[in-house]
Amino acid sequence: MRSHDQRAWFGVLPVLVVVAFSAVIPLMTVVNYSVQDIFDLSSRLFVGLDWYRETLRDPRFQAALGRQLLFSALVLAIEIPLGILIARSLPRRRAGARGNQGAGLWLVVIAIPLLIPWNVVGTIWQMFARPDIGLLGRALNLGGLDFNFTAEPLHAWIVLLLMDVWHWTSLVALLAYAGLASIPAAYYQAAELDAAGRWQVFRHVELPRLRFVLIIATLLRLMDSFMIYTEPFVLTGGGPGNSTTFLSQYLTSMAVGQFDLGPAAAFSVLYFLVILLMCWLFHVSVMRDDDTGGSGGT
Amino acid sequence: MERNRAGWMLWLYCLYLALPVYWLVTLAVQSNQDIVGGFEWVPSRVTFDNFAEILTNPVWYSAFGHSITYVLLNTLISVTVALPAAYAFSRYRFMGDRHLFFWLLTNRMSPPAVFLLPFFQLYSAIGLFDTPLAVALAHCLFTVPLAVWILEGFMSGVPRSIDEMARIDGHRLPYFFFRMFLPNIRSGIGVTVFFCFMFSWVELLLARTLTGSEIKPIAVVMTRTVSASGLDWGVLAAAGVLTIVPGIIVVWFVRRDLARGFALGRV
Repeated sequence: MRSHDQRAWFGVLPVLVVVAFSAVIPLMTVVNYSVQDIFDLSSRLFVGLDWYRETLRDPRFQAALGRQLLFSALVLAIEIPLGILIARSLPRRRAGARGNQGAGLWLVVIAIPLLIPWNVVGTIWQMFARPDIGLLGRALNLGGLDFNFTAEPLHAWIVLLLMDVWHWTSLVALLAYAGLASIPAAYYQAAELDAAGRWQVFRHVELPRLRFVLIIATLLRLMDSFMIYTEPFVLTGGGPGNSTTFLSQYLTSMAVGQFDLGPAAAFSVLYFLVILLMCWLFHVSVMRDDDTGGSGGT
Repeated sequence: MERNRAGWMLWLYCLYLALPVYWLVTLAVQSNQDIVGGFEWVPSRVTFDNFAEILTNPVWYSAFGHSITYVLLNTLISVTVALPAAYAFSRYRFMGDRHLFFWLLTNRMSPPAVFLLPFFQLYSAIGLFDTPLAVALAHCLFTVPLAVWILEGFMSGVPRSIDEMARIDGHRLPYFFFRMFLPNIRSGIGVTVFFCFMFSWVELLLARTLTGSEIKPIAVVMTRTVSASGLDWGVLAAAGVLTIVPGIIVVWFVRRDLARGFALGRV
């Protein structure tokens, strides 16, 4: 049991100071901007929720939000099942299995994409997919397909999805593997006695035990895909047209490109609230996991 | 039979992971004419000129220097402030601890784009704009919560009895913390350093906005090169290869504990 001691606040103090500087003050500034019309620093006008209304009605915001939701949904629909499949394919230390050294080397190889800087991920995929110098682009064009992701929105989306799957499926696989590794061998033996098929083993033995890990993986991927910026910026620059402009990118062009303080700030607050909601769900599920003594954390 | 199919699946996946990286490396060792000129699976003329260009051209190597400066600064700040906080969270109950922990977490999850505007104005106002410190502090937005979160996980894995033993032996808290407790969570600190390093190293949006001409980071130089008209793919690929190197060096030191960091779901 942790002991009650209010002096522990002193330990937290340095973090509070740093985070106040890098998060609280900026966030309050954003909230402040979002309810004012600012002509210059001396003349401001309180406008209430006008900017929020304007942002929500802005067709470009709605389009970016729609693309964002579609992208996140597709990413989840591909990465979660694929990650589970990879995790199940990894050799496991299991009683009775032969010739099994565990999955050490595989794990290292699989973790590699997670360790590559995000802008380099974009660069790598650009070089890989370009029709003029890329392996993928050239191979497809040689194969008779007219492939050019810099001009065709659909192709840009395919490359973007391939890139994100390449980049992040490993995280799901690693999490799912940790979950699978925690299943006692006795469960499998019991299933074997019942003559359960592979699908039944997965459905009734593995999936229930993976539940918490999968919630964590889903929420992490959802939140991270929801704020994706760097990779599409490097790969497609939001184009062709606006076809791969997601929320972060649209917000950045509003805030830094056009300097629309009010609308950009209202946009930021809305964006933040959505993430906050997801974050809360994440927190609740992780904490539940802790209480039931699962494998998710402390 | 089942094993076989699983094996195929894995090999296929690894091929998918490896191909783009392979292509980056082959481009990095070819001259630009050869890259644009023809299509080769294995480069026939290998050259290291691209790497030489990066190591001798001040635009490139100073960009690497700037990035490393603010990343190290950020890692130092993050770990220093996170250590006592993580200890407090893992060992004590205090008013509002769970709320505070959640609030820290929300910072890790918040989109940097949201903070772009105020950061830019705040740092310009206090004269930090275009200094490594500005980027380092801005990156604390997500590295500090991350560091607290990972460290708390590792610290809670250390039995509380060693705290009590030390108290009974009459050691004061600072002595206990630095001489007895920290050595116990060495691997945790290693993993934390790795992730702070990584997340700061890969961040582009804030680094791009908070720097001007003085301390342009490597990620920005790389994207500028992409947008420039006469771009040299070979040099860009070589820079890509080099940006992966620091991560690999750091990961080599924490390779054994890394899986645990991922497994905790705290990344």
